[in-house]
Parts: sequence; C-alpha cells; structure tokens
Amino acid sequence: MSDRPAPTTPGVLPVLHGLALRDLRVLRRDWAEFLTRTLMQPLLFIFVFAFVFPRIGQTVGAGVAGDAGFATVLVPGLVAIAVLFQGITAIALPLSTELGDTREIEDRVMAPVHVNVVAVEKVLFAATQAIVAGLVVLPILLLVPDTPVRLGAGDPLLALLVIPGAALLSGAIGLALGVTVAPRQIGLMFSVVILPLTFLGAVYYPWAALDAIPWLRTLVLVNPLVYVSEGLRAVLTPDVPTMSPWVIVTVLYGYTGVLLAYALRGFARRTLS
Amino acid sequence: MSDLPLSLRHVVKRFPGTPPVTAVAGIDLDVTHGEILGLLGPNGAGKSTTIGIITTRVRPTEGAVTVFGVDAVADPATVKGTLGVVQQANTLDRRLTLWENLYYHCRYFGLGRGAARRRSDELLDRFRLADRRDALPPQISGGMAQRLQIARAVAHDPALLLLDEPTAGLDPQSRIALWELVTELRADGMTVLVSTHYMEEADALCDRVAIIDHGRILVVDTPDALKRDHGDGVVIDVGLTAPADAAVRAAVADVPGVRVVDDLPATGHDGTTQAGLRLSAASTEGTVGTLVAAVTPHATLRDLRVHETTLESVFIALTGRDLRE
Repeated sequence: MSDRPAPTTPGVLPVLHGLALRDLRVLRRDWAEFLTRTLMQPLLFIFVFAFVFPRIGQTVGAGVAGDAGFATVLVPGLVAIAVLFQGITAIALPLSTELGDTREIEDRVMAPVHVNVVAVEKVLFAATQAIVAGLVVLPILLLVPDTPVRLGAGDPLLALLVIPGAALLSGAIGLALGVTVAPRQIGLMFSVVILPLTFLGAVYYPWAALDAIPWLRTLVLVNPLVYVSEGLRAVLTPDVPTMSPWVIVTVLYGYTGVLLAYALRGFARRTLS
Repeated sequence: MSDLPLSLRHVVKRFPGTPPVTAVAGIDLDVTHGEILGLLGPNGAGKSTTIGIITTRVRPTEGAVTVFGVDAVADPATVKGTLGVVQQANTLDRRLTLWENLYYHCRYFGLGRGAARRRSDELLDRFRLADRRDALPPQISGGMAQRLQIARAVAHDPALLLLDEPTAGLDPQSRIALWELVTELRADGMTVLVSTHYMEEADALCDRVAIIDHGRILVVDTPDALKRDHGDGVVIDVGLTAPADAAVRAAVADVPGVRVVDDLPATGHDGTTQAGLRLSAASTEGTVGTLVAAVTPHATLRDLRVHETTLESVFIALTGRDLRE
C-alpha cells in the first residue's frame, strides 16, 4: 500500500461525477420501477379522460379547453406531473431512508468535498431523471387519446428556460422533502403534499380557466406545479392561453432558489452537528 | 503548525439543549505517525463525539483540530480527503453490491475507472470477501460487513484511519481477525485512531492508549506504562449485604496499604444489585486476611473480588468506576 501516492483532494467535479455514477448504477438496477412510477399515473389519466370518456359520451373539460380540445390541455399537464413526481420521488424517498435509520449517506458525506456538493448532486441527478421522465411520457400521451392533441412549437428560448427550470424545481422540492420528512411519514407526505399539488396544479385545466373561482385562482399560485404545467403548456401547446411566460420562468427559478437554500440548510443540519 | 497526523487543542463540544450537554470538555491529544492510538472509555465518555469532530462532521464549540497540519473546521474537504472512517453503525450502501461499495467509494475520492476497479478487486481479496463480491450488504454477516466497512474506509489510501468502536457487537473470533487487519494496515504505514470500551482491545491492539471519561482525557501512555504507573497493585471489591456505614469505612481505611476508592456501583456487571466498597491495594499479600478480619465485626461480608492489573483496573484507579457501568 505504501507504494501508492499519497491521497490528494480531487476537486469538486470528479467527486460529483463519482456520486452521479453511483446514482446511475442504482437507477439502472431499478429501471423497471423508474418506468412504472413515471408512466402509471399519466397513462391512467390520459386513458380514462381522453380515451374512455369520449367513447362513452361522457364530456369533461369541454368549457376549459376551448377549441383546443381537452386532450390538448391535458397532455402538458400530465407531462408536468411526470416531471414533478420523478424529481420528488427520485430524491425524497431514498434520501429520507439514507438520512434516517440506515445512515447510508455517511460514506458520501465523507467524500472530500463540502457536504452541499453531495446534496446538489442529488438535485442535478433528479432533475436529469425528471427530464427523461417527461420525454418518456410525452409520446405515450400522444398515442392514447381518442381526440386530437394539437401540439405546437413554442418559443425555443422559452423551452430552454422552462424545461431545465421545471426539472430543477422538482429536484429542489425532492431534496426539501427528503431532508424534512422521516421515513415513516412518507405515506403522509403523499396525502398532505403530493395529492394537493397534483389536483390543484393547473394540470387538468389552464390556470386562466380559474377566472370563475377567483379565490382559488389566487390560492393555487403558491403551488409550484402550476408554473411547471403552465410553462410546459406555453412550450408544447402555445395555442392554449397561459399566464405570462416570463412570470412562469421567474417563478420557476425563484422557487428553485428558495427551496434549495432551505434544503441545503436542512441537509447540513441532518449530516453535521 | 504541526504536521502530525492528528492534533487536538483544548477541544470542547457542547450540544445545545436544556440543559446543554458537554460531550467533550477540553481535549488535548497528539497522534504521531504510524501509531495505533486507542481512545478507551465507557459509553458516553465522549469518544464518538471526538471522532465526529475529527471527521469534520461535528463542529467543535471551542478549540482547534488539525489533520496533517490542515484545519478541520476551516478546510473540511481537504481533511476528509486524508481520512478513512469506519462509523460505529453499519453504513454500507444497501443498494450496491460489496464490490460496488468499494468501487463507487473510490470514485467519490476521484479515482479513475481502471484504478477504482483494480483497487476494489484487490481489497475484496485482501479482506477475504472476494467470494461474496456480488452480494448485497443485508445478505452478509456482521463480521463481513465490518471487514467491508474497513476495506471501504482504506480504499482511497487514507493516511489516517479512524475506527469508532469497530468491534462492538462482533463475536470474539471476528474481533481478533479485525485486530490483525488493523495491525497489518499500520504495518503499511497508516496511522490509526480507534475508540473502544473494551480494555482487552486497547491492550492488544494499541501502541498508546488515551483514557477518556466525562469528555476529558485523563492520561495517555503505552498500555504497559499505564499499568505500571496507575494500576500498580490490585483493585479489591468488597461485597456486603448492606451499604457500607461509617464504621466499616473506618475499619477498612485502617488496614495498612488499603485505600477506599468508592462505593461499589449499585448494579454489577451481571445486572444484579450489590453493595459494598471498592478498594485499591498494593497487593493481595497479607491484605485480604486483615481486610476480612477488619470488616467482619461491622458488616456481613458477601463476597470479595480481586481485579489483577489490567487497563480496566487502571481505569478504576483513575475514575473510581469501571468501564462497563
């Protein structure tokens, strides 16, 4: 052993790379689980609302969709759910365990970098997974509906801002939940956090359609999923009216910044004393 | 500035709370190149907190910690690069195989793909885990898990290895096998700090032992010197049927060569309740008979136990308590 060179500090990037390789290995081992949790909810939704309902003569969403058709409104919303869900589950579930009973995070906390690097790697990796999830879900959502989905090409610059912003936001939410929620509270987290986010996230209707219920239209502005749904709508279906794209982008990154600051403090509190 | 593997100066750690808990109450300690230094003390003495401070995971309230001259508070990243750490709990990555636990650890420390592969293969062989390379951590025994934790800790060739209670919960054979491994690592030039509450472990494994109690280091020396200087003579536990009263104490104190250390702890090693006195004496020769004769008029003697000179009797002589209390 003495013939090997003395250890040196490798710097942030090689360590970040090593941490990402580990997460990639675990993801490859669990790829079936990844696909299932990505696809199941959006697929069931689009199947019931955009395939079954039109066939059985059940109308839903007729008022909100205008000319575009309900399926057109639904597709960006369901991609938004896939992105947000993926980011959250990719971090929050495993991290909650790793910080809790098993203390598995210890070995990575001892890597020769600031502990924030370990947390940021989690967010970057989850954000990448979130984008992959969106890309996997989108084509499938286009195949299922019985009514046409009118996709368009939004502003490419907007796409370059919205997509990473949405992905990073989902990772930041995941990290914030992972450092806050104990493993045994994960089930509760779904009822208290995830379900309200999903149902009140401008997924099934554009935010503008809430004009009819002004208090709700204001209240849901705290929901980060609103900006992900509206942002993807502005990118994928520009014909459907959305809130101002620049408001969307500003809030996506602003929310990410605030949640990340909170989550990094929490991560340090859970790993250092 | 010292470039010793490890130097602690007046290190204090108070955890906030009501009341605040002082886990480390002012520790000075130097660890020199290539030695195995044992931190010996009972549970709650401050061993894990001290190791946590060295690993940069616990921030000291006061004092300075340097690892090879690098300040652990100011530059934790560099310090972590020179440390190998085995935590008290099993912290193996349960989602990775044994081989992958080593491989990705190497990658966290910046080793390239080829070097990390070779190193992982080599370590699995050396730590006799090669035939379980594709198993997951929950599928292996406690002894194997602990070997893997040590293999992982040394995978990036740290200059200072920290072991926090490495043999707690292991069977005697695994324990001895681990001592051999650690001794081999030292022979390769690694410096080792090991915390333990097993005095046999400190005696068998360590070049020097620091005895720690209530967050303070009472004494640091080689096991032989400690036994010579602090454990000369024997410790005699006088078991009585009732707590010792003033008359018994006076009678015992009059026996030549005997010093009353303390009352016996209310609960013995085996969990039974006990009463009586703990004494120290130069030797048992001529003492035991006199002692029995002195006690008998004042109290009913239940038993009499003599502890030969060990690090445990050194600990008792220094603190009046034994390690397992």
